[in-house]
Amino acid sequence: MSERQPIPFRGGGFAPAPRRVLPWLVFAVLIALWQAASNTGLLPPLFMPSPLSVVKALVALWQDGTLVGHVTASLGRIVPGWLIGTAAGLAVGLAMGIFSAARAAGIPIVSALFPIPKIALLPLLILWFGIGEPSKIATIALGVFFPTTISAYTACDSVPRNLIRMGQSFGLPARDIVAKILLPGAMPGILAGFRISASVALLLVVAAEMIGAQQGIGAFVLTAGSLMQTDQLLAGVVMLSLLGLLIGWGLGMVERAMLKWR
Amino acid sequence: MPLHVERVSHRYGPVAALDSIDLDIADGETVALIGPSGCGKSTLLGILGGLLRPSAGRVTLSGALPADSLNPFTYVFQDFALLPWRTVEANVALALEHRVNAAERRERVAAALALTSLADFASAYPKQLSGGMRQRVGIARALVVRPAVLLLDEPLSALDAQTRELLMEDLLRIWSREKSTRVYVTHNLEEAARLADRVVVLSRRPGRIREIVRIDAPVSDRAAIIPDMQRKLWALIRDEAATADREVQDV
Ligand SMILES: Nc1ncnc2c1ncn2[C@@H]1O[C@H](COP(=O)(O)OP(=O)(O)OP(=O)(O)O)[C@@H](O)[C@H]1O
Ligand SMILES: [Mg+2]
Repeated sequence: MSERQPIPFRGGGFAPAPRRVLPWLVFAVLIALWQAASNTGLLPPLFMPSPLSVVKALVALWQDGTLVGHVTASLGRIVPGWLIGTAAGLAVGLAMGIFSAARAAGIPIVSALFPIPKIALLPLLILWFGIGEPSKIATIALGVFFPTTISAYTACDSVPRNLIRMGQSFGLPARDIVAKILLPGAMPGILAGFRISASVALLLVVAAEMIGAQQGIGAFVLTAGSLMQTDQLLAGVVMLSLLGLLIGWGLGMVERAMLKWR
Repeated sequence: MPLHVERVSHRYGPVAALDSIDLDIADGETVALIGPSGCGKSTLLGILGGLLRPSAGRVTLSGALPADSLNPFTYVFQDFALLPWRTVEANVALALEHRVNAAERRERVAAALALTSLADFASAYPKQLSGGMRQRVGIARALVVRPAVLLLDEPLSALDAQTRELLMEDLLRIWSREKSTRVYVTHNLEEAARLADRVVVLSRRPGRIREIVRIDAPVSDRAAIIPDMQRKLWALIRDEAATADREVQDV
């Protein structure tokens, strides 16, 4: 060997690395383009208001209390609906994860009912509970129930069997095996399921409010649309996006607190 | 605690895993179980510990349980089987929580951690530990209940050679103090030759006892005979292992 040559590097890429500025830059550029298109008249304000007017509408609606009222109304449905659906879904899903009989009984029913878009049941639930709050809450609870059930029992399945064998070999009572091995082991899967059920709840609250409500972001967006107040309409949509982000952030906090060991 | 395996056979559906095993294990004896892959070693250990019901035959104990033993049979697992959400200390305490008060629990856990040189890592989580340390936790967890019978299923095979050597020395040191009956499944003939009083050689599947090799030299004074013993065990197991290997490939 006479000449020394460097070995060409070819190990780069294919490893997502965090970028600080880029995400915000993309966001800013898209909004700037949108504003520019509005300013030049490329986008007719009636069909697509400019970002600036959406922000203005958002601020105005927030300050005069309109949005606060609608957000409160929506949360008043999401929170109880989600809680009821989650409690019932966890009870059924964990039973299915623990007991073979519950699983055998539950799987056909859950598989048959899970694919039904739950909003289709709203008219029936209105007949049962009336047009008021309970029918909307029940729709959300139903929508949350099924994904929670499924994520709870699949989370139980994902707990390594050898950990359960370990508990048995150390003579732990069945109650302790459930409380100290099965439930903590299933927790990551259950919490991941909460993200899905939270987005289902948000979707269903808007749909239910569009069908029959005076208050709530869904109703507000629908009314704004029929009055052609597209800036208010988009302000409502932005509010929904913020709400979704807030819920996701909250769940992230819960996950980090409960899954420190990962 | 003397243990008696009486004509134990086991089938998994159509697969015969063990065929008519007869074996008496004396109190305080260390028995190594070797044999080709898939010959039923883990199955036999599961039957010994009451985790599997044998298809035929039975396992019995004779004599009284030691007074301070909380769990007559405990396992050390190849994959450690630690709870990742519990600290080292809490993992070791797991099997005590439902039967021992907090003060005695602390005392026992501290003693087990000291014995396995883990005292400094009591509040670490398993993911923060090396493989060797994790298996030390597994060993501490098994010892903390003062088992009458300790069942070890390839406890060192997930570890690298150097860690394995260190842990083997630890096991010998611990066992020179703790008296219990031990059944040790391994693929490693050197481990068998170093740790065991008797080595049970199983045939390929369905596992039958092919031969039982007694090692008379005391565990503390074996260096000289280990190579010979390894050769002897290898001679017994070589054909079985080669045939078993081909069978696996045929499937
Ligand atoms: N749950 C099971 N269902 C069906 N077959 C099984 C089951 N567990 C083990 N077997 C089969 O029974 C035979 C004995 O298995 P076992 O795990 O006891 O062998 P082993 O000697 O411990 O093997 P290795 O050395 O690979 O750990 C193997 O052929 C295995 O494929
Ligand atoms: Mg095995």
